[in-house]
Amino acid sequence: MKNFFLATYLAVKEVIRNRGRFLLVALVIALITLLVLFIAALGEGLANGNRQYVANLDAQLIVFLEKSDYSISASRLETNTVKAVRRVEGVEDAGPVYTSTTEIVSLPESLKVSMLGAEAGKPGMPSIIDGRDFRGGEAREAVMDRNVALRSDLKIGDTIQIRSTQGTDDKFFDLVIVGMVDGQSYFFQPTIFVPAATWEKIRPQSEAELNSDTPYPNIIAVKLTDPAQLDVMATRLVDEVSNIEIADLATTINNIPGYSAQQGTVQTQGVFTLLIGILVIGGFFQIQILQKVPQIGVLKAIGSSNGVVGLSAVIQIIVVTALGVGIGGGLTYLFSLGFPPTIPLVFNGSRSLIAVALLLGIGPLGGMVSIIYAVRIEPLKALRLG
Amino acid sequence: MSSVALEVRDLVKSFALDGATINAVDGVSFQVNSGEFVALVGPSGSGKTTMLSILAALLTPTTGQVLIDGQDLAQMNEKKRVKLRREKIGFTFQSNNLIPYLTARENVEFMLRLNNKLDRAGRIRSDELLARLGLSDRLHNLPAQMSGGQQQRVAIARALIHNPAVVLADEPTASLDTERAFQVVETFAHLIHENDRAGIMVTHDLRMCQFVDRVLQMQDGKLVRVYESKQEILELAQGVLKH
Repeated sequence: MKNFFLATYLAVKEVIRNRGRFLLVALVIALITLLVLFIAALGEGLANGNRQYVANLDAQLIVFLEKSDYSISASRLETNTVKAVRRVEGVEDAGPVYTSTTEIVSLPESLKVSMLGAEAGKPGMPSIIDGRDFRGGEAREAVMDRNVALRSDLKIGDTIQIRSTQGTDDKFFDLVIVGMVDGQSYFFQPTIFVPAATWEKIRPQSEAELNSDTPYPNIIAVKLTDPAQLDVMATRLVDEVSNIEIADLATTINNIPGYSAQQGTVQTQGVFTLLIGILVIGGFFQIQILQKVPQIGVLKAIGSSNGVVGLSAVIQIIVVTALGVGIGGGLTYLFSLGFPPTIPLVFNGSRSLIAVALLLGIGPLGGMVSIIYAVRIEPLKALRLG
Repeated sequence: MSSVALEVRDLVKSFALDGATINAVDGVSFQVNSGEFVALVGPSGSGKTTMLSILAALLTPTTGQVLIDGQDLAQMNEKKRVKLRREKIGFTFQSNNLIPYLTARENVEFMLRLNNKLDRAGRIRSDELLARLGLSDRLHNLPAQMSGGQQQRVAIARALIHNPAVVLADEPTASLDTERAFQVVETFAHLIHENDRAGIMVTHDLRMCQFVDRVLQMQDGKLVRVYESKQEILELAQGVLKH
């Protein structure tokens, strides 16, 4: 404990008396923090944009067409598969999900959205936070994601017009917004939900598809009676329902086209920024220790233990790193206030917390070499023999 | 009656150099009593700095014994040697003496902090000692804001504040002008005598010997001569005797 107080005394005195130099390093750490937190927020935002709908499903398993490699866009299930899945013991409920993209053209600036078909009240249709669910059948009603409202100022009760290319013609359809859901981005786009039959009528279609009125779901979201029985139920579903394959939500997310590659890229950027941080901090403290060799020699010669010298270096590094991360965190918050909702930055994710923890760790990690060097300095350096 | 504060018995320190063994210190024995100020002189390479490093428990001798306040350095592990340096030895060095980010007062008090003795009385004693050394108006100055002589006087205060048995000074006047050098060593000698400490000063400047009680002259690692009478020492200091 005595060593700790002595080390703290030395570390704090040095930082205070050389505050300009240490503040400069703290600012460098702050800039690295700013960069790392923005990369983390961008990663979280992009990930959300891609996976949010699937991640927030009130379901544990996803049914795909067999051999579709868990790709939602490649999977087209038979219509009776939904009923077959619902009949399997251990399935509480199941809901079909139909995916496509479209464009809201009735806005001053058209907005591309994911258009998902679902059954109200079934897995696959998120909970309504405002308004009501759409009616069934071919009702020309839609429920919008809050992100659509944020980007367009649309309100419940408004009518939107969407454009879909069917065959070789552009077709326009009117939909009344009847409700709102939250956190349902899919494939980098905000989402609107429509009834399955409506979806089939208004979705973009090829010439060959125009003659069909039957909607084929891409996937089926399955809610289990006992969510702990994931593996057992996956096996049972495959055994009892023909031509399907099963994935949990994590596998489904990782197989969303581009998701893994995109997240890998963002994470690599983050890791490299952290490595740069480690090198910068390591370099600074190493140079500082080299400049202080005679002084550390004197400290040891007059009776300071290696523990005091080493601990003092550690405390100093932690203080400067914490200051830098604090300033960087504050700057990040201030900058984030000025960003429009179209830029996918999410600061409340676990990534930001992990990034802050890692940033606090890079100081001691980067300074480790200098700490070891400081501890190994011979007190003889105080004399000319050193 | 003064007691033996430091005793060196048949001390040898050998280094291997290009396959040959060199005795930097070669069979040296002497004692220094409390209240005695001794100068260790000799030409470059005579072994005086090696000797000082061994006395400071910074180097271990090849053979022989060093006893400080009755404690044999050879019987101590590194942890005990650190404790001995902290409690029983006071230091002043040639340069880089003070901790640059502590004020004059904090530098002196740091020795008390190290020894867990920084209380109100310690603070008063620290200020009084600095006042004795003419530094009352420099208590809150950092080393960079003081002259070389002032820094050396702060170092002297730091070397004495915790009442060590032995005070070691390594070329304390090397970076000072003549006038400052005389002032510093004279003050040092006064405080050694006044506080009844044993002081050993390594110096190449024989003029500084006028303030010491005994001069130990080293050459090629050996103690070749001891000047004990005041007359001899003064003559040495004035350059009359051949060094």
